[in-house]
Amino acid sequence: MAKLLKNRELLLVGAILVLVALIAWRFPPFVAPANLARVYNDTSILIILALGQMAVILTRCIDLSMAANLALSGMVAAMLNAAFPGLPIPVIIISAMALGAILGMINGALVWKLDIPPIVVTLGTLTIYRGLIFLLTNGKWINAHQMSDAFKSFPRADLAGIPVLSWLSVVMVAAMFLVMSRTPLGRAFFAVGGNPHAAVYTGIDVGRTRFFAYCLSGTLAGLSGYLWVSRYAVAYVDIAAGFELDIIAACVIGGISIAGGIGSVPGAVLGALFLGVIKNALPVINISPFAQMAISGMVIITAVAVNARAERRKGRVILKKAEAV
Amino acid sequence: MLQDTTTSRMKPAIALEGISKSFPGVKALSDVSLSLYPGSVTALVGENGAGKSTLVKILTGIYQPDGGSIRVADMETTFATALSAARAGVTAIHQETVLFDELSVAENIFLGHAPRNRFGLIDWKKLNADARALLLRAGADFDPTIRLRDLGIAKKHLVAIARALSVDARVVIMDEPTAALSHKEIHELYALVERLKADGKAILFISHKFDEIFRIADRYTVFRDGTMVGEGLIADVAQDDLVRMMVGRAVGSVYPKKDVAIGAPVLTVSGYRHPTEFEDINFELRRGEILGFYGLVGAGRSEFMQSLIGITRPSAGAIRLDGEILVIRSPAEAIRSGIVYVPEERGRQGAIIGLPIFQNVTLPSLSRTSRSGFLKLANEFALAREYTSRLDLRAASLDQDVGTLSGGNQQKVVIAKWLATKPKVIILDEPTKGIDIGSKAAVHAFMSELAAEGLSVIMVSSEIPEIMGMSDRVIVMREGRIAGRLERDELTAEKLVRAAAGITEAA
Repeated sequence: MAKLLKNRELLLVGAILVLVALIAWRFPPFVAPANLARVYNDTSILIILALGQMAVILTRCIDLSMAANLALSGMVAAMLNAAFPGLPIPVIIISAMALGAILGMINGALVWKLDIPPIVVTLGTLTIYRGLIFLLTNGKWINAHQMSDAFKSFPRADLAGIPVLSWLSVVMVAAMFLVMSRTPLGRAFFAVGGNPHAAVYTGIDVGRTRFFAYCLSGTLAGLSGYLWVSRYAVAYVDIAAGFELDIIAACVIGGISIAGGIGSVPGAVLGALFLGVIKNALPVINISPFAQMAISGMVIITAVAVNARAERRKGRVILKKAEAV
Repeated sequence: MLQDTTTSRMKPAIALEGISKSFPGVKALSDVSLSLYPGSVTALVGENGAGKSTLVKILTGIYQPDGGSIRVADMETTFATALSAARAGVTAIHQETVLFDELSVAENIFLGHAPRNRFGLIDWKKLNADARALLLRAGADFDPTIRLRDLGIAKKHLVAIARALSVDARVVIMDEPTAALSHKEIHELYALVERLKADGKAILFISHKFDEIFRIADRYTVFRDGTMVGEGLIADVAQDDLVRMMVGRAVGSVYPKKDVAIGAPVLTVSGYRHPTEFEDINFELRRGEILGFYGLVGAGRSEFMQSLIGITRPSAGAIRLDGEILVIRSPAEAIRSGIVYVPEERGRQGAIIGLPIFQNVTLPSLSRTSRSGFLKLANEFALAREYTSRLDLRAASLDQDVGTLSGGNQQKVVIAKWLATKPKVIILDEPTKGIDIGSKAAVHAFMSELAAEGLSVIMVSSEIPEIMGMSDRVIVMREGRIAGRLERDELTAEKLVRAAAGITEAA
């Protein structure tokens, strides 16, 4: 399976390379290093969010509220900045992450303690979090002129030729890689999703593990909230509306099994990059936004079909054994 | 005698002759014959794994036999699908009824053949009226429009019977129908069987309980290891004869049981009870001992073991480990204090498919292999290698997914996982169920070695040879209570079966 997974990720790298090559053939400037760096930077937030979603999906749950969480945390970050322009940026970032974590904990607690299906919980909190933004602002926007320069320039700041936003996503990828491969919690995500019944017997608390997965996705959504609002220099009720679907799509394309237990950090990153390349490249080669949506959709279904085939083969073998008993 | 003349004069409703069925590596049935007569109840008895379930699946068209013939009303036929068996009038009522909880009683009865009105839509009025009539024939008078989920198991059986009547079944198979019933419900079921008999149905009654077999069956058929070893009239047979036919074979010599000096008590369980699953469980487990837990399926053994390791909570009772009172609230606490449980269902509760072998092995031991909160893969590999090699695991690499291993090797991974936690007490629930003979022997040899090293083993098993071959002492459970305690030197298959089935010592 490990070999197969690696193959799946290699496959995705191949697909991205082919895609980039096709675009380069129609529009050579796309592959200029500076442009590729810009595409990566543009995909950074999606990468960060996909990492959180991955942890949740691995445990056989889903987080539909990530984009709403992002919008609410981002709005609060913007309001903090507007109210106290002198507040240092790290304090704002930490506040956004803390708020995101709390929103994630609410999801996690509902899934854990009340045993409500994750899709229902996060569908509910999605609307609640969006509604809260409206209650906080009465539907008013916070515009660029209300934000301090430091607030807006932080993600764009240049560090060794690359924007801080890109660096942050690289740091998050590295941190998540460490969590997933080198901590008992990361191992527990896989165990809970792979076989929750067996995980119980090994002393893993399935509910608590899921709770932590939601905390993680919430924290990353909070971070993304600040990044989104500062990057686009605007905050309102509907920012990132519908973005939860892009996040899930990135995970699915990245080979993270929606049935839980299978997936990897490189997969999530590659899935997000694939979507990022499509979104950035198709306009420059004159493909209409509607065709873009259709293409994204086809890619998702193809990815699911490929993954489902790989998993079904496994199932058949088990069935044969069970029959022999 | 009277019945003998009636059945011999009658033609069988269904007759199986020379039926064989093999699965890869297992011969489930060989050259089995069985005839069921109208208006007569035939009891099918045999140990777990004797081939009863396979026979039921052949009768209901789920499996196709490799050889032999099926005759229905003197016409040779084949049941290619479950539907063709149903059309031929064979219907089965299972322990856990296979009906639909969210549908109404009437819908359940007529599912697939509901009466239609002239527009081709379901005729609800007729559906409910017909359902009521069928229920009355089955001896039930409740509203056919209520949802099935609101009924108890006994009433669900009645619905299943009404369904059988709706398709005009001639042969009714009842697979341990009383396993989940209360005392009163069982008596209602007996009355129903009598009514079906009077209606001229041929009934195959599968049961482990001798009292009910002798109460309602007219004929018996005994299976052992996939062959038919005896049949006849219940009136002509004694309980002891049936038991002998069921277990009659030499056991013991092939089991690698070592003589171990049994030490001081390690685990003491007293007064353990649960509101619905078991009560009054008291025993002592000693160092180096293998304590067998025998009983029929559903006797409460696994349920008790699960409460012992904190999956469920007992309503009363105390555990002492090495003399100290212990309260276990979760499996993690059980593992920490040195009690581990290797569950029965390997697929559902054992190996985690998708994780590599070494990660499966180290999952409950991560606190030992990691340093300051971070996993140390080198330590994990070392631990996994140590225990998988002791169990003689056949795998190309410890990095490979457990899903790619055979059932026997998966079981070894699961056992290695638990041994790696360095337990004091290990509970093995059906440790060799469904694995090949080679892997079985390895598991048994290893169990013996563990006991010799001073580990205390509880082995839950429904296989008599395994219980007799491996245990120092046996506790027999029946209906949630301890029904017998046997030392190794007084173990006989007859005693085990008697205690488990609740037969008194009289005969």
